[in-house]
Amino acid sequence: MSAHVPSQLEPSRMMTLPHVKIRPSRGLLHLDLSSVWQYRELIFILVWRDIKVRYKQTILGAAWAIFQPLAIMLIFTAVFSYVGQIPSDGLPYPVFLYSGLLPWLYISQALSRSAMSLVGEAPLISKVYFPRLILPLSGTLSPLLDLVLAFLVYLGLMVWFGVMPTWRIVTLPLFAGLAFLIALAGGLWLSALYVRFRDVGHIIPMFIQLWMFVSPIIYPVTKVAETWRSLYALNPVVSVIEGFRWSLLPDYQVEFSVFVPSLVVVFLALAGGLVFFRSMERTFADVI
Amino acid sequence: MGNLAITADALSKQYWLGERKVRHNTLRDQAMHRLTSLANWRGNRARPPVSFWALKGVSFEVKHGEVIGIIGHNGAGKSTLLKILSRITEPTGGKADIYGRVSSLLEVGTGFHSELSGRENIYLNAAMLGMRRTEVQNKFDDIVSFSGIEAFIDTPVKRYSSGMYVRLAFAVAAHLEPEILIVDEVLAVGDASFQQKCLGKMEEVSRSGRTVLIVSHNMAVIEGLCERAILLEKGRIAKEGDAREVVKGYAEGLTTLAGIPMSDRTDRVGLGEVILTKIELLDGERRIQAAAITGRETIIRMYYRCLVDKDFQYCRVSISVNGRKGHDLFVLSTDIVDPTPLTLSGEGYVEFFLSELPLTGGAYFFQSFIESNGLAQDWIKSAAPLTVLDADYYGTGKLCPPGWEANGVLVRYTWKTGQLE
Repeated sequence: MSAHVPSQLEPSRMMTLPHVKIRPSRGLLHLDLSSVWQYRELIFILVWRDIKVRYKQTILGAAWAIFQPLAIMLIFTAVFSYVGQIPSDGLPYPVFLYSGLLPWLYISQALSRSAMSLVGEAPLISKVYFPRLILPLSGTLSPLLDLVLAFLVYLGLMVWFGVMPTWRIVTLPLFAGLAFLIALAGGLWLSALYVRFRDVGHIIPMFIQLWMFVSPIIYPVTKVAETWRSLYALNPVVSVIEGFRWSLLPDYQVEFSVFVPSLVVVFLALAGGLVFFRSMERTFADVI
Repeated sequence: MGNLAITADALSKQYWLGERKVRHNTLRDQAMHRLTSLANWRGNRARPPVSFWALKGVSFEVKHGEVIGIIGHNGAGKSTLLKILSRITEPTGGKADIYGRVSSLLEVGTGFHSELSGRENIYLNAAMLGMRRTEVQNKFDDIVSFSGIEAFIDTPVKRYSSGMYVRLAFAVAAHLEPEILIVDEVLAVGDASFQQKCLGKMEEVSRSGRTVLIVSHNMAVIEGLCERAILLEKGRIAKEGDAREVVKGYAEGLTTLAGIPMSDRTDRVGLGEVILTKIELLDGERRIQAAAITGRETIIRMYYRCLVDKDFQYCRVSISVNGRKGHDLFVLSTDIVDPTPLTLSGEGYVEFFLSELPLTGGAYFFQSFIESNGLAQDWIKSAAPLTVLDADYYGTGKLCPPGWEANGVLVRYTWKTGQLE
């Protein structure tokens, strides 16, 4: 242990000492996102912990990340394609469905993880300082690994059904990025609310279920009546799924106008979420 | 700023009790509350939420390289102060400035995950405490060997004993190298030998010129490590200065001995012609104390009253100290040290002088007994509580072994070694 020399012997060092200011915070627009950057190693380690813990003491381990979406795909195909006779724009239903499930499973997982992140880490919040934003952020980041694994399954499906990808597949990260922002925006609002109101814990599963049905996952957008389309497009998940399908499915037609309202909604939700989170953050340790 | 490490200026923290009582933990509660307060808008307005100040106008300065102790009762505001300085919670008013890299240690093992191995938890915990990854890598071997659990480093910590868990956790904390360290009571963990190790580490840290702010209930730790101490009382600074002086002030300020007047108590056995009315604790300067301090000169004063107007002859007044488990630790009795017959009448008191209190810190209770002419007059099994504050009995800064709190009688002794041919 190297002894720190008392600072009076080191005047030059005094100048460079970090200065922590502790003040009651006022105003809404005190985002201080640079502190999140300073703690980036903690984000990394929380994500790593999340992934590590999720598959500890399981037999299949990370194979679950592959098995789960596959099983859901099979069940949904059986129910909606064979029983429900839902059309799929002329594509094999499993491929059509999976291209929508891919972003949706990520969003729903990231959303519920980040929403639970603060309450789930209550002991941390009351015992150690770090920018609280890190918790919903890492909750949104860690399921990205599952998304990648589920994407590998998709590649397998394409081969199986003989659907060849086009150049458009390289745009996929853009839409995945949009999915990330949606989950983060939702996570910011829900996690901060959850600290104060435990009702949120009960609402989240219902909310996610409902959201799934108002998104074109099991059915094509064309099934939604024209008159409702503009309202429908306010759901940003519509854009993500349309984007995914456009990038993954050959000859898939997308009206890019649906992206505009979605992007506006995501931006507003994210900006509002940040401000809301920051203003709630002050009392997290007292209320949690 | 010059040489200052921490300045706190009128720090205050307000908690809303009213809000807590009608805590809107569900949306429905909040909606209902809004509605009812709306309904009550004109008539009887909803009673204003009650607030209390966990901290009120606390100002102090800590210089670089200073080791300062914070003491006080539960609820005096110590934890709130630490939480504000560690940036866990925000002050309601006032401000504080900290110059230097801060680490705060409000518990050991923050962020430990039971499913992860010791190795993984070292990285996790270190990151939580603000250590850089490269720094952890460099110190990894030191941390592991300090903890003494090399063999289990790749075992999930859920399989650890609580002792092992604490060792590992403290080992990480001990390798932090901040300029300013904020610590809360973390020394009260682990077995005796590990505690020695931790205390040694703390001394090393405090001697290495770093600034340490420590909260403890253990007066020996405060006296041993700190030059200066702050006594908090009801959210304000009650005393500040030399650590020994402040510890003394703390002992004086502790709540008074028993709640109900002794003469009204019914949990007594005996004829009841002579009864005990009060027990007082005094220090060497004959000032009334609420608590005694290990190793200090202590006087126990027992007040009696004779309810029958006569001289009670051949009396015996005794008091014993019982430990946590209810066993007698030692007894003080008038007849043992002095066979002169004792006669009691009217009202008065008996004082027992102890040149040094041989008890470890903790909560004890007194058992009292008054007898005259071989007949029990008044026997109260748990007459009054006795609080003893730990202090440096042997002058070595070492504590009594854990588990001996309120059980340990201290004895003066020396030791030497001999070699067999």
